[in-house]
Amino acid sequence: MTGGHVGRRLAKDTLFKGAVCLLAFLSLLPLFLILYYITMKGISVINWDFLFSLPRPIGESGGGVANAVVGTLMLIALSSVISVPCGIAAGIYLSENKTGKLSNTIRLSVIVLQGTPSIVIGIIAYLWVVAPLKTFSALSGGVALSIMMLPVIIKTTEETLKLIPYHLKEASLALGVPYYRTILKVVLPSGISGILTGILLSVARITGETAPLLFTAFGNQFMNVNIFKPIDSLPYRIFYYAMSPYPEWHSFAWGASFILVVLTLALNLIARGISAKWKIQF
Amino acid sequence: MDTGKQRAPSGTDRSEKRFSVCLAGSGLIIVLLLLAIFATLLVTALPAIKEFGIFFFIGRVWDATTETFGALPFLVGTLLTSFLALVISIPFSIAISIFLGEYFKTGAISTFLRSAVEVLAGIPSVIYGLWGLFFLMPAVRFIEMKLGVAPHGVGILTSSLILAIMIIPFSASIGREVITLVPGDLKEAAYSLGATRFEVIRNIVIPYARSGIIAGILLALGRAIGETMAVTMLIGNSNFLPTSIFSPANTMASVIANEFAEATGVTAASLIYVALVLFLVTMVVNIIGTYVIQRISIEASREVS
Amino acid sequence: MSGIFPRAVSLMVAFFALVCFATHAPALDMELLGAGATFPQPLYSKMFDAYNQQYKVKINYQGIGSGGGINQLIKKTVDFGGTDAFMTAKELQSAGAPVLHIPTCLGAVVVTYNLPGNSKLNFTPDAVAEIFLGKITKWNDPKIASANPGVKLPDLPVSAVHRADGSGTTYIFSEYLTKVNKEWKEKVGTGKSLKWPAGQIGQKGNPGVAGYVKQTPGAVGYVELLYATQNKMPYGNIKNRAGKFIEPTLKSVSAAANVKIPDDTNVSLTDTEAAAGYPISGFTWLIFYKEQNYGGKAKDRAEALAKLLLWMVGDGQKYVEPLQYAPLSKEAAAKANKLVRSMTYNGAPLVK
Repeated sequence: MTGGHVGRRLAKDTLFKGAVCLLAFLSLLPLFLILYYITMKGISVINWDFLFSLPRPIGESGGGVANAVVGTLMLIALSSVISVPCGIAAGIYLSENKTGKLSNTIRLSVIVLQGTPSIVIGIIAYLWVVAPLKTFSALSGGVALSIMMLPVIIKTTEETLKLIPYHLKEASLALGVPYYRTILKVVLPSGISGILTGILLSVARITGETAPLLFTAFGNQFMNVNIFKPIDSLPYRIFYYAMSPYPEWHSFAWGASFILVVLTLALNLIARGISAKWKIQF
Repeated sequence: MDTGKQRAPSGTDRSEKRFSVCLAGSGLIIVLLLLAIFATLLVTALPAIKEFGIFFFIGRVWDATTETFGALPFLVGTLLTSFLALVISIPFSIAISIFLGEYFKTGAISTFLRSAVEVLAGIPSVIYGLWGLFFLMPAVRFIEMKLGVAPHGVGILTSSLILAIMIIPFSASIGREVITLVPGDLKEAAYSLGATRFEVIRNIVIPYARSGIIAGILLALGRAIGETMAVTMLIGNSNFLPTSIFSPANTMASVIANEFAEATGVTAASLIYVALVLFLVTMVVNIIGTYVIQRISIEASREVS
Repeated sequence: MSGIFPRAVSLMVAFFALVCFATHAPALDMELLGAGATFPQPLYSKMFDAYNQQYKVKINYQGIGSGGGINQLIKKTVDFGGTDAFMTAKELQSAGAPVLHIPTCLGAVVVTYNLPGNSKLNFTPDAVAEIFLGKITKWNDPKIASANPGVKLPDLPVSAVHRADGSGTTYIFSEYLTKVNKEWKEKVGTGKSLKWPAGQIGQKGNPGVAGYVKQTPGAVGYVELLYATQNKMPYGNIKNRAGKFIEPTLKSVSAAANVKIPDDTNVSLTDTEAAAGYPISGFTWLIFYKEQNYGGKAKDRAEALAKLLLWMVGDGQKYVEPLQYAPLSKEAAAKANKLVRSMTYNGAPLVK
């Protein structure tokens, strides 16, 4: 090997490292642009009125997104109520039955559900809930979103419970505690932080979903808390305002985006905080 | 928790049984849910399946007035946008994977990049659409003016760009994981022979992690195919076969978002047929991707032990 | 930590109870659901806001396009639909029971565009047709220029945009072009959704089209007049049958509507004889079932709907003109009123 050859190889190495660093940070450019847009254009419209009043008729200035904030919170609550118990139970089942036909089928179903496009789930919720009940409703939106939450909850629950040492369970069983009480009182509490993290992450996943709500929750310019009536939501409002020709509504869309991003980021941060603070340690 | 008060073994047995039925039942619900989704799509799409059958996929005309439905334009639109998005995103996502998996595994700079990528993954689709509308669209329009093509601003290219940004976090995080799984002794052996970092990455890491990286790309593809809102806002909604990457088009997801609310009869059935295809395609892509990644991590854990 | 699960369960139960309570508590507040045309949506949103303040009845109206309004009425997921295209025989048949149309106002479909300087343009019917057929590709095309002496047209590509959803605005616009342009009649025809030329942009709703045109230099689209005026977008004068370039205004729309109105109010106002009439105007209708007792609908809900409809064609008409729609003529309002009064619940008239 001549010195020039080594030099070339080293130069190549440096060049490659430079390219990797450049590309990696270049891909963050859109993120900063998006965050810049949301903050610059969003913060300026956020005030008391924007947060606590209802949308004004088209073409009149002012108004806010109170109904959308309430709607989003209601949809989150609804879909959590539907999906959390079922998701945790299925997660426990998977962690307790590591092999077996049913377990493998469930795991496969979770994978498929996780990848199912949100618009398809929207159609399903329309066919299952809106068409039979003969009305668009918050409930149908909640059903759609809960289907999207399930896989995340199941996966995190399973993975969390898998980490809990077997001797913990054995100790409890040896003391004569029935199996179900062992699961409920020993295994689950030790995994609670992981499960909570999973729930929060799944909520973060659905908070910004718009496509499943187009044909289900539908939108509502009034405040509504009735789950059998159409309801507004932040992502739907952003979509509606973004596609409009009114400059004021565009800035409202940015404002609503700001609220939505803060909400999702907060959920993610809390989830991380929980999993960092209450790490499963034995 | 009233059952807890029953100390008699028979009561415990009953609760035991109830509990395990509960768990298995919840698991079963997931399976049934999936089957029900598939069955619902199949049954409601049946009129269209009967009417158009396999020709649905080669029909170029989507016309509600004459009730002629062919999904080729949407298939092409979906494939074109997704693949273009993949091509655009691959250099970036691989760069991030190598950056986080090889060069900076820990430290402030790695934490920063990793959290930034996570934030990117957490931004809702509709916000990508909003940003695309006010930033990408004028930018693409400017390029189109310079190139002398019809300056629509929206179309396949714009949607692909936004999709590329949206899927980078997915393939990047999977890529990082598989790269960190590459056994250290392999790399050390190469270093001891005097290989540079670049040579190790090119000759050891990438070949070793190749299938995992491809699986990550596959999962990202699954997400790109099903992505709805951002694409609907930026693709230009034209039910024709796209003629260039600048032309407006529709993807399978965006045509459903646009037309489902008003569709009746055969039109509705055809849209649900599209949804069924979308469901099956993403299912296959996801199963393959997940299977490959699982196999890799199992292999890696075997080698460690 | 061990008590967390019972607590979680009771919390969830409590929450559910709260949801149920919240669901029942505001039941006193009547809420009606409507969906459909975006053409009259600014007017409806103003009317329903005023109606809510006055009568404490919430009317939720979502602009999903006329096609969507008709379809959701047929599927009985909404109390009423909004459409700018009279339902077709096929749609009426699939409704299963008689559906009534009442006109609420008149509007103009205007050709709006985005050009440097945004000067007022004149369009001949053929120029409009050829723009949307994709045959005129540059703004300085002689077919546009010849109708606009003295206006310097830029050498800018034309980016025509149509409605992506099934739209009554499209229906009115295409009905007009079918009447005035032979090639349009053969190639495209009349309908709520059409076979547009390949490579043309589609956008959702009147707001979507207006939004795209506003943002894109060289773009041209068709929207209801108000969407253009509210956004200070220019719109063209159209040459009518009498050979005059007419600006779409309240007056020219009313002039075009000066025709005999049949009892079911199904009338076309495009390309009318009126010399001062704007040629692309039309009624927009609300549609609802004549017999209101279906799908378990309560009587008070049906009554609330009838009351609202009477108000919209009566007192509510005062909101029409400020928003640059043309109000119903006395004759049309009377016919609409009569149609609302023919609504029944179990066969008995709903309003006396």
